[in-house]
Amino acid sequence: MTVPLLRLQGLTKAYPGVVANNNVSFEIGQGEVHALLGENGAGKSTLVKMIYGLVKPDSGTMELNGTKFAPSEPRQARADGIAMVFQHFSLFDALNVAENIALGMENPPAMRDLASRIREVSETYGLPLDPYRTVGDLSAGERQRVEIIRCLLQDPKLLIMDEPTSVLTPQEVEILFMTLQKLRAEGTSILYISHKLEEIRTLCDHATILRLGQNVGECIPSETSAREMAELMVGSALQTPERSRRTPGEVVLDISGLSVPAPSAFGTPLKNLHMTVRKGEILGIGGVAGNGQDELLGVLSGETLVEPDAIKFEGRKIGALGPNARRGLGVLAAPEERLGHAAAPDMSLTENAMLTGAVREGLENRGFLNWGAAKEFADRIIERFDVRTPGPENAARSLSGGNLQKFVIGREVLQNPQVLVVNQPTWGVDAAAAASIRQSLLDLAADGTAVICISQDLDELMEIADSFAALNEGRLSAPRPTANLTVDEIGLMMGGAHGMEVAHV
Amino acid sequence: MDLSAINPVLLIASLMVAATPLLLAALGELVVEKAGVLNLGVEGMMIVGAITGFAITVESGSPFLGFVASAIGGALLSLLFVVLTQFAQANQVASGLALTLFGLGLSALMGQSYVGVKPPSTPKLDIPVLSDLPVVGPILFGHDMVLYFGIALTAAVWALLKYSRVGLILRAVGENHDAAHALGYKVVRIRILAILFGGACAGLGGAYISLVRVPQWTEGMTAGVGWIALALVVFASWKPWRALLGAYLFGGVTVVQLNLQAAGVAIPVEYLAMSPYLITIIVLVILSADKSGAPAALGRNFHASR
Repeated sequence: MTVPLLRLQGLTKAYPGVVANNNVSFEIGQGEVHALLGENGAGKSTLVKMIYGLVKPDSGTMELNGTKFAPSEPRQARADGIAMVFQHFSLFDALNVAENIALGMENPPAMRDLASRIREVSETYGLPLDPYRTVGDLSAGERQRVEIIRCLLQDPKLLIMDEPTSVLTPQEVEILFMTLQKLRAEGTSILYISHKLEEIRTLCDHATILRLGQNVGECIPSETSAREMAELMVGSALQTPERSRRTPGEVVLDISGLSVPAPSAFGTPLKNLHMTVRKGEILGIGGVAGNGQDELLGVLSGETLVEPDAIKFEGRKIGALGPNARRGLGVLAAPEERLGHAAAPDMSLTENAMLTGAVREGLENRGFLNWGAAKEFADRIIERFDVRTPGPENAARSLSGGNLQKFVIGREVLQNPQVLVVNQPTWGVDAAAAASIRQSLLDLAADGTAVICISQDLDELMEIADSFAALNEGRLSAPRPTANLTVDEIGLMMGGAHGMEVAHV
Repeated sequence: MDLSAINPVLLIASLMVAATPLLLAALGELVVEKAGVLNLGVEGMMIVGAITGFAITVESGSPFLGFVASAIGGALLSLLFVVLTQFAQANQVASGLALTLFGLGLSALMGQSYVGVKPPSTPKLDIPVLSDLPVVGPILFGHDMVLYFGIALTAAVWALLKYSRVGLILRAVGENHDAAHALGYKVVRIRILAILFGGACAGLGGAYISLVRVPQWTEGMTAGVGWIALALVVFASWKPWRALLGAYLFGGVTVVQLNLQAAGVAIPVEYLAMSPYLITIIVLVILSADKSGAPAALGRNFHASR
């Protein structure tokens, strides 16, 4: 083998209280697709930020093509042929596609030339884009195209992709992979960060696994099973949630002909939704982000009010009831955004427990709050759901994402809901915590609760849901039993490839 | 009551003068807000600029030096806002209000010995033939340089924001500072420069009041123009030419109501005096029906964390 494209040696970066990367070394070969695997908080993002010049390592060296490489800022890294597609898109909603791309380039040509080059490159790689559209109006998949094309216009030697597929439909993923394989054939190396192991097995030549900031192993993904890789990532054997057999009972929640206009300029209107959920059933609702998930949760939780008879709970018309009235009846919800929507970041866990538990747990009495009972309730959640925190008096903000997620889901689960609606219950949560959250949803259903799980993680839905429906541009497909659904069918339910096509060259 | 005493040519010429302080301050604040910073200290920076420009003009005898000094004075005061918000991460609204209160007090202190002094007059453009033309002459060719500078600055800010790379980066920073940082742009540095530019413009606008429009020094003489400038930026949907339009509207109504007062119209003076503020805001509210243009990161502090 010749000189590797990039060699990392002993990279270490510490933040107050955490060592994000501890003595990490690995190599990326020319034209290699290299996977970087790890749980949330394993230090993947910090590592790529060092390569991209956003963060300076405390110690350790990097070599690019055999020469020393220490970018002090992204500009320098870009000049050396390193390009990055960010996990949370680094795009500007109010600017158009061409302007966004110009911002990521060193010496952008005049706008008109740039626009024609964008057209050219986007056609070549099968990622059609109109340079003059405003980015705020684009779908998640299209936004990612903007980022990828921004990188491709600079002829990168190394393309870093941070969790690129989390927002794509299966068909879009397939096309993305074709594009990446084409790039590899042209000699571009790719550093691919993900925790979707099957994807890595199909795409990547080599994988490095990080755990708690350390390089804990390397493997050839095509010769390693997903389970082995997962166990390397977690450091212990994985527990798969168990499904018990259950027969769904009578319909508890019945939604028919529900239409809601878009709440804001960048929101999605809900169009003529129909669904029923039975006792003990888990209904999985899939779909790419931004297709009406948040709006649907708002309607189900009571944040958005609709006509009374659009939503029926055990025959009662509850469409016009607010969240607290619905809580009283037993219809509970846990929204996606942990900090700011599901929990008040600067309030303690006790106060957060009070916020949604007051009605069902009897934590208030004629307007007076019973803090003792609230603390007891918070303690119960912490104990039952293994929330790692010094105590319920700590602010919600101080918890890690996974722990806070366990808390906000646990808070609803412990209130004995009749219907529980969750949105992205395991988003950004590590595998062990995700497994325990999923298990608790399964247990809840086994006890007769109807669960609606809105998620973008198809594996999760396949694992726990009894039936699956897809949300696409505010429309809900007819639910189908998950038992014999294939990935292709799911992809088509989610709206197919959204006009993407396979690379032509 | 004698409305025939009002001369429409002089009216237009003087509305341009009345509008210029507002225009300058609004353009400065527009750039600041496009960079994602909300500086409510415009009034304070204006009045400090007013006294700095006034004092330097009186001492040096040169209005040109005075205007330069006023821009520097406004920028210096805005430096305080920079330290508070960009380095100490203080709340922008509170810091801006503090800046206004501080500027009002500071200017009163600085101006104690200048009350009642008459400054040297600012020279006006005098092109032989052109300035003597009827109607067109006084309106287009009979003003001082700062007024023309204000119009040129409108065009410059517009072109800069729309067509230049610097303008694109500035808008990007105001739109999404995290993304701009991730792409390697120096968010804090760009914001500091924008704030200093805003301070200089506000100072210049203030000096225009004390040196040209009034011209003399009295405490609190900016009389809320800085606040109107803030409102103007919002209602102009962050568009420079609309800010110019709004400023001229405000200037126009101000001049008209002064003329009406002089002509003895039977409307209570208080109503006339409030009319410029009221009419400007009403018109601009109607104009700004399209809610576009507000920088998404406006008023949010940026801190480069991991």
